Amino acid sequence: MTEDKNYLEMDLLRFTTAGSVDDGKSTLVGRLFYDTKSIFEDQLEAIERSSKQHGDENVNLALLTDGLRAEREQGITIDVAYRYFATPKRKFIIADTPGHIQYTRNMVTGASTANLALILVDARKGVIEQTKRHAFIADLLGIKHVAVCINKMDLVDYGQDPYDKVLKEFGDFASRLDNVTELTFIPISALKGDNVVERSEHMPWYKGSSLLYHLETVYVGSDANHVDARFPVQWVIRPHSDEHHDFRGFAGRVAGGVFKPGDEVTVLPSGFSTRIKKIFMAEKELEKAYNPLSVTVTLEDEIDVSRGDMLVKPNNQPKVDQNLDAMLCWFSSSKKLVAGSKYLLRHTTKDVQAIVTEVLYKVDVNTLHKVEDDHEFGMNDIGRVTLRVSQPLFFDTYRRNRNTGSFILVDSFTNETLAAGMMR
Amino acid sequence: MRTYNATHLNQLESESIFVLRETAAQFERPCLLFSGGKDSIVMAHLAAKAFAPAKTPFHFLHVDTGHNFPETIEFRDRFVEKRGAQLVVGLVQDSIERGTVEEETGPDASRNGLQSVTLLESIEREGFDACLGGGRRDEEKARAKERFFSHRDAFGQWDPKNQRPELWNLFNGRMAPGENFRIFPLSNWTEMDIWQYARLEEIDLPSLYFAHEREVVERNGSLLAVSEFVVPREGENPAKETVRFRTIGDATCTGAVRSNASSLDEVIQEVAASRITERGSRTDDRRSEAAMEDRKKQGYF
Repeated sequence: MTEDKNYLEMDLLRFTTAGSVDDGKSTLVGRLFYDTKSIFEDQLEAIERSSKQHGDENVNLALLTDGLRAEREQGITIDVAYRYFATPKRKFIIADTPGHIQYTRNMVTGASTANLALILVDARKGVIEQTKRHAFIADLLGIKHVAVCINKMDLVDYGQDPYDKVLKEFGDFASRLDNVTELTFIPISALKGDNVVERSEHMPWYKGSSLLYHLETVYVGSDANHVDARFPVQWVIRPHSDEHHDFRGFAGRVAGGVFKPGDEVTVLPSGFSTRIKKIFMAEKELEKAYNPLSVTVTLEDEIDVSRGDMLVKPNNQPKVDQNLDAMLCWFSSSKKLVAGSKYLLRHTTKDVQAIVTEVLYKVDVNTLHKVEDDHEFGMNDIGRVTLRVSQPLFFDTYRRNRNTGSFILVDSFTNETLAAGMMR
Repeated sequence: MRTYNATHLNQLESESIFVLRETAAQFERPCLLFSGGKDSIVMAHLAAKAFAPAKTPFHFLHVDTGHNFPETIEFRDRFVEKRGAQLVVGLVQDSIERGTVEEETGPDASRNGLQSVTLLESIEREGFDACLGGGRRDEEKARAKERFFSHRDAFGQWDPKNQRPELWNLFNGRMAPGENFRIFPLSNWTEMDIWQYARLEEIDLPSLYFAHEREVVERNGSLLAVSEFVVPREGENPAKETVRFRTIGDATCTGAVRSNASSLDEVIQEVAASRITERGSRTDDRRSEAAMEDRKKQGYF
């Protein structure tokens, strides 16, 4: 492998950032981009022009991420923005989300596909409500790696005390986070660049690595479920051509576990068993398929399989049930949750009807306390509910598998996406 | 450690293929917007892989301003023929003759913005309910806010402040009659990913993307190719230069860059060293700070 071809071995890290303007989140993202040479001259010129127009004396790096006219006019981030940069080791996708409480739904959206959450804490203020909210949402959405950046170290004379204080405060409630397996604390100054890309000389007491080094090396390979084989069928490929007259391929993205040619598989819901004949990526035959690869599978026997069905291993089957217990995040601004009304539920490649049978409790995202006597469920509310669906679903708990443990609720009248759910 | 680790290109490829299959499954009559540019070529390549060995289940739609590089049209026709695909062409000229749009006037007139109307007319005429576009979020700041499945109302309008939340791999393509979707399978790709993937998969690209000699003229900071659509003005000094294009669009607003990169490997090296974004040479984006957002609200891809 020559050096300029190392992109053939590069992997991908998706991370989410949450924070308010004051945290220096945009400055940090801007710093990462600037120091990895991911900002281009014409972009820099454009935001310089724009900064002047808005009356800023300094170049406002937030303008790089706030892309919509309304966002620039109001100086706020309204929606999740996706940003990209790469180093020779990794490609990064940042889901940059606004951290204010009214944007809980955006944080949830950004976290749903992330491997790592980057949480910013102002060294002068320490852990505040917003910090806990971000950590709670990251954990709820199954993020295993959390990097807490204690920012603005330059404003506390690069001292160790503020850093230690955050470690202690964060540690006190981190025991309540179920999914997070790796918690890293990094003292930085986004403005001055300390410990962002290069290790800082101002903090000899800190023995850890810089933020970028951490992002480049954090191991996320074992985050995906490679144990429970799950293949939701997305599309049936039948060419009807002379050359491929008898070809029947089942296309989909492996949602968990590993599939190999020759493996015995059971088709849900029919329960028929057969073996995998071949696995294809276009014309190329593969020896194995695993999450997140999109492949096409052919089977030894001709059995009825269609979109919404799932291939699993006979000795490792998902839960099959019409009654669900789930954590729900409500997104809609126009409609509140109404127990007993019908919604459309999409889970893997399957659509069913669903009724929310009971709201068990809501979570106060600031105190992280359960609220059991208030069952009104509106925008940005998070809580635990039970549902009943029109046909059995094949699922795992969200904690075990993000792909087979997640669903959305859709309004059958307006077609709006109302809520996101995670199976318990 | 690598056994169950997919590379970044594998992951992007699988994500795009998932989105393409989801489009086929959720819509009645989806089409693939094909301009002959690198992004739409990569998208068509991925679509071919997604449904192999069956044929790609999408019509190809080209919205044609009439201001093309001849190389693009030749490439388009060859590409479509090889795949046995159905090509539908929507001509901006037809919209002008019908009177549904008016040609811009003035020295920097462009047909680029008029494409939106022709696109919407083509969608209605052909009854397409979803259009696959090769747009990427890294291209432009309004695009950074786009969904994979982007809902458009009955007027083809994008409402950026009221988009559907999009989580995990769960895409909601439901809509009322007369509404429409734009779908962007390449959302998470960067320009570099496109070049690297083209190299990895040995995807054939139009010759315009590689260094060649051409008569160009410098105008408003862009290097425009001299053609019947771009005639040198007084005081401008057209000159033969070795150039290539990083994006290919309407010939009146797509700038070239000076370059000696004649192979994909050289292009990859050049892009890695570049300090200017690919759309930096597009005069259509420079009209105002929110030029792209405004065009998208009116139905642009």
